[in-house]
Amino acid sequence: MKPFTYERAPSPAQAAAAVARQPGAKFIAGGTNLLDLMKLQIEAPTHLVDVNGLALDTIEPTADGGLRIGALVRNTDLAADARVRRDYGVLSRALLAGASGQLRNKATTAGNLLQRTRCPYFYDTDQPCNKRQPGSGCSAIGGITRQHAVIGSSTACIATNPSDMAVAMRVLDASVETVRPDGQARVIPIADFHRLPGDTPHIETVLQRDELITGVTLPRPVGGTHVYRKVRDRASYAFALVSVAAIVQRDGSGRVALGGVAHKPWRVEAAEAALPQGARAVTAQLLAGAQPTHDNAFKLPLAERALGAALLQARSAA
Amino acid sequence: MESPTTPLISRRDALIVGAATAAAVSSAVPGTAAAQPAPLATTGTQMKLSLTVNGQAHALLLDTRTTLLDALREHLNLTGTKKGCDHGQCGACTVIADGRRINSCLTLAVMHDGGQVTTIEGLGTPQQMHPLQAAFVKHDGYQCGYCTPGQICSAVGVIDEVQRGIPSHVSADLNARPLLSADELRERMSGNICRCGAYTNIVDAITEVAGGRA
Repeated sequence: MKPFTYERAPSPAQAAAAVARQPGAKFIAGGTNLLDLMKLQIEAPTHLVDVNGLALDTIEPTADGGLRIGALVRNTDLAADARVRRDYGVLSRALLAGASGQLRNKATTAGNLLQRTRCPYFYDTDQPCNKRQPGSGCSAIGGITRQHAVIGSSTACIATNPSDMAVAMRVLDASVETVRPDGQARVIPIADFHRLPGDTPHIETVLQRDELITGVTLPRPVGGTHVYRKVRDRASYAFALVSVAAIVQRDGSGRVALGGVAHKPWRVEAAEAALPQGARAVTAQLLAGAQPTHDNAFKLPLAERALGAALLQARSAA
Repeated sequence: MESPTTPLISRRDALIVGAATAAAVSSAVPGTAAAQPAPLATTGTQMKLSLTVNGQAHALLLDTRTTLLDALREHLNLTGTKKGCDHGQCGACTVIADGRRINSCLTLAVMHDGGQVTTIEGLGTPQQMHPLQAAFVKHDGYQCGYCTPGQICSAVGVIDEVQRGIPSHVSADLNARPLLSADELRERMSGNICRCGAYTNIVDAITEVAGGRA
């Protein structure tokens, strides 16, 4: 790790101001992803602003019947919250499908949204990577690409977003709340939060560098049967090859998002009209224009079958 | 208790020292500066913190980069907690911090200023073992033993999490009280890798202890 100075922020806006003051500063919350990357010098902040002391660790009902999740609510606590389990089961399921018990006890809601890709070429500091070192090239393209994106990728980057939680947040139409150093807050719909790689894959979200996530809001519950289905190389503690977050209503209508296929949680609302016709009809639209590699073309039929299994599971549970 | 002031020299450091000149020894041993009795002036990258480990309070002056794991092992000489991968993948470094099992390699010591940590040394002693320690011995829940402190600290956390009703990936009903089945234990312990492959006996050991409490 490179040396860094450290401070604890007294308020969200002051935390943002502290990061704004120093060009090399970063926020740290759970730290489970940031410290991993700092050990490899993929991240090398010169100053850390610890936000763990901020009172952003509660889950509160909102005026319109939804839930506001504090940025610092740990993944374990979010998954176990009785209201989340009852009304937003897809979110509990997605969280519990990710990482390990130890990591979920430490990792936060905001940090989960900001976790970096697990592309092995991003992690290998001996190889070019546009995400790690802008303009250096993409080693994944033409490399071993079993885990990589099949849609929405670019000639600069074919990495995937590794989060399970974000896929559920996407299907729930969550909103991300932030604050800037001047105290100004804004609300970002989750659909707009993560970016596609384009020619700037190092810019992964629409957040400004000194913008702190303060919470995530879920709209009022939409009912239906909630399913999160994750396909991976091990039964536990592995990133998704493909995952499906689905909310299915009794009449067969619903919502679907995919994980493991793109640089962001992948949802195409227009494709959801085909849900009553089954998984094939949905994935035909959801993954239209996909450009898989030789190594990961299997993700297209896998996504269709995972969705089919999720729909079957939803029907039998309804 | 006073914090230990002379860090034990690890095998790796001993090799470094052996290869270096005597004059280079003091600078070749990590942690020496932080543990000197007369504290150095606090620079920007060193910080004072207090940590209560296994019920004993310690005052430390550490490089900000020091992980909780390295603070325990290299500065407090509590080498029961193991460093496996140092990247949160193996679970050998699992400790209980403020009541929750975590990977001590993926958190900074300064982030735990004022916190409470329990390590394997705090769970039991050879004379008075924790029920999980006794069960691991009885069921042969290890071979080389390197992952065992992490396995046992993790299992303490698992039993607590099940008692608090926290569901897992394999829980059939999110809203029902979680079971203590082998499937549940395997899923909940998946962050602890055992390269000797003692998993079956580890599950038996935890089942015996958890079954008596659930």
